[in-house]
Amino acid sequence: MKFFKDLGYVFVRNVKGTLRNPVWLFVGFFQPILYLLLFAPLLKNLAGVPGFPQGGAYTVFTPGLLVMLALFGTVYAGFTLIDHIRQGFLERLLVTPANRLAILLGYILRDIVTLVIQSAIVVCIALPLGLKVSATGLLITFGFMILTALLTASFSYGMAMVLKREDSMASVLNMIATPLMLLSGITLPLTLAPKIIQSIASVNPFAYEVTATRSLFLGNFTDPSILVGFLFLGALAVLAFWWAIRSFRRAAA
Amino acid sequence: MDIISIKGLRKSFKGRRGKGRPALVEAVRGIDLSVAQGEIFGFLGPNGAGKSTTLRMLSTLLAPDGGSATIAECDLTAEPRKVRKVIGYVSQAGGTDPDSTGSENLLLQAGLYGMHKDAARRRTEELIEALSLTDFVDRFAKTYSGGQKRKLDIAVGMVNNPKILFLDEPTTGLDPVSRSQLWAQIRVLRDMGTTVFLTTHYMEEADALCDRIAIMDKGLIVAQGSPSELKAAVQGDIVSLTVNHVPNAPAIALQVLKGHELIREISDEGGSLRLVVTHGGEALPVILRLLEGTGVGIANVALSRPSLDDVFLRATGHSLKEDAIVAASPNAAHKE
Repeated sequence: MKFFKDLGYVFVRNVKGTLRNPVWLFVGFFQPILYLLLFAPLLKNLAGVPGFPQGGAYTVFTPGLLVMLALFGTVYAGFTLIDHIRQGFLERLLVTPANRLAILLGYILRDIVTLVIQSAIVVCIALPLGLKVSATGLLITFGFMILTALLTASFSYGMAMVLKREDSMASVLNMIATPLMLLSGITLPLTLAPKIIQSIASVNPFAYEVTATRSLFLGNFTDPSILVGFLFLGALAVLAFWWAIRSFRRAAA
Repeated sequence: MDIISIKGLRKSFKGRRGKGRPALVEAVRGIDLSVAQGEIFGFLGPNGAGKSTTLRMLSTLLAPDGGSATIAECDLTAEPRKVRKVIGYVSQAGGTDPDSTGSENLLLQAGLYGMHKDAARRRTEELIEALSLTDFVDRFAKTYSGGQKRKLDIAVGMVNNPKILFLDEPTTGLDPVSRSQLWAQIRVLRDMGTTVFLTTHYMEEADALCDRIAIMDKGLIVAQGSPSELKAAVQGDIVSLTVNHVPNAPAIALQVLKGHELIREISDEGGSLRLVVTHGGEALPVILRLLEGTGVGIANVALSRPSLDDVFLRATGHSLKEDAIVAASPNAAHKE
């Protein structure tokens, strides 16, 4: 009970903090919208090319865009934490008897909720542009979003506890997130890629996620990528979360 | 009764010294300490002496490498949760959330200490009253002045009505008026029964505010006691002598005065000499007479009682004032 109360207190404070500095919300959000409006139309003429997945430009592109939003929208979550470390705010939370797990989850839950809302808005914008999506598929896709946010936000908080500096954090995260994005077929499907890139991408969980969400949008629930992607991301999310909570506990004995 | 007792507490960090060579930095090198219930205890020392590290260990934020500590009858390493319930801690950075109002800051903390809504609200009102936060408590903390922010920091640290309040450099960066207000407030906390354990690198602060102090340098405690005890231990008076007229005047004066039976210690502090003498009134005429025939002129002479800086100088071989000057330059600003 105390656990959920602690979680609630930290979550509410973080939601308030986000709403009072909404700039970050829009920054994270601006890029996917730009892609949707300025890049997706280019795909329309590509849709007939051999190797391009079925379903039309927006149905192929929007799932990728959601994964991109999940990846880049939450991977910088740790910046808030660095700020909080510097202001002594994190120490002030940790010096109370509050549950450490609840404090970390109070941060991550904010990121999950933010991502779910942002994703819903992206889908709403894509619908009138020509997106066709299975309702059940969309629901499961949100499950994927939550898992991705758990993974990337945990990783980001763990990195924040280790690096404690914005500049090194920005370069490290960029160095990791950009290749992950390029190798996941977000912008263009990997089916168009040469064999070598395809084989590198076959170990990228986000590549499975993109393929899986594309199938989910089409209502093709038998695609094995869905299960593989879910398990792959789930395992990594558990690992990242364990690492983050460990560095949290270590910071405060 | 001792509310804090520490034995052999140690902490090292992996750090870099010089040209990126990794080295183990021993921040706290085994300290013994006890703090009595209801006193204001001060940790005096230059930046990097290990004061903050010790404070963070005592507030369960940092695991010690070795040694033990008992805080309000709880074992620090075995029962950190129990310790957290009975202490308050205000870091050097403060810890208030700039995006929340003062009241929100207090209510959040009360919640995390497990207080119910009514109790939290009552406690918040008490603290607003006791620390006179009324004028600004409903504004966002990012609009506060340094002094206002400090008051809120301390109120946040007091939410759980702690037996011990740890304050890390509470007055650093405050203007003189806010500083003396804060001193008054810290005394009020003590009078209400809270033991206050603070760090400072201001001698005047340790002298004026603290009931007992420990002087820390390079990870070790070099002296411990009440400010008056420590100063009395220096025994004697301090003569400061500024000399001129001839080249090498300080060196000549040093030569002449050194070894005289009335002068216990003498050192050259960049042009002015600092002497420790058993009895000032007796030694002063002798000193002047000795210098008469040398051609050395006396620009200024002052006689004073020993300060905590003299205690520090005696214990460590270097002056706290020099460290303070180094610490104030931007290149030396980074800490631990």
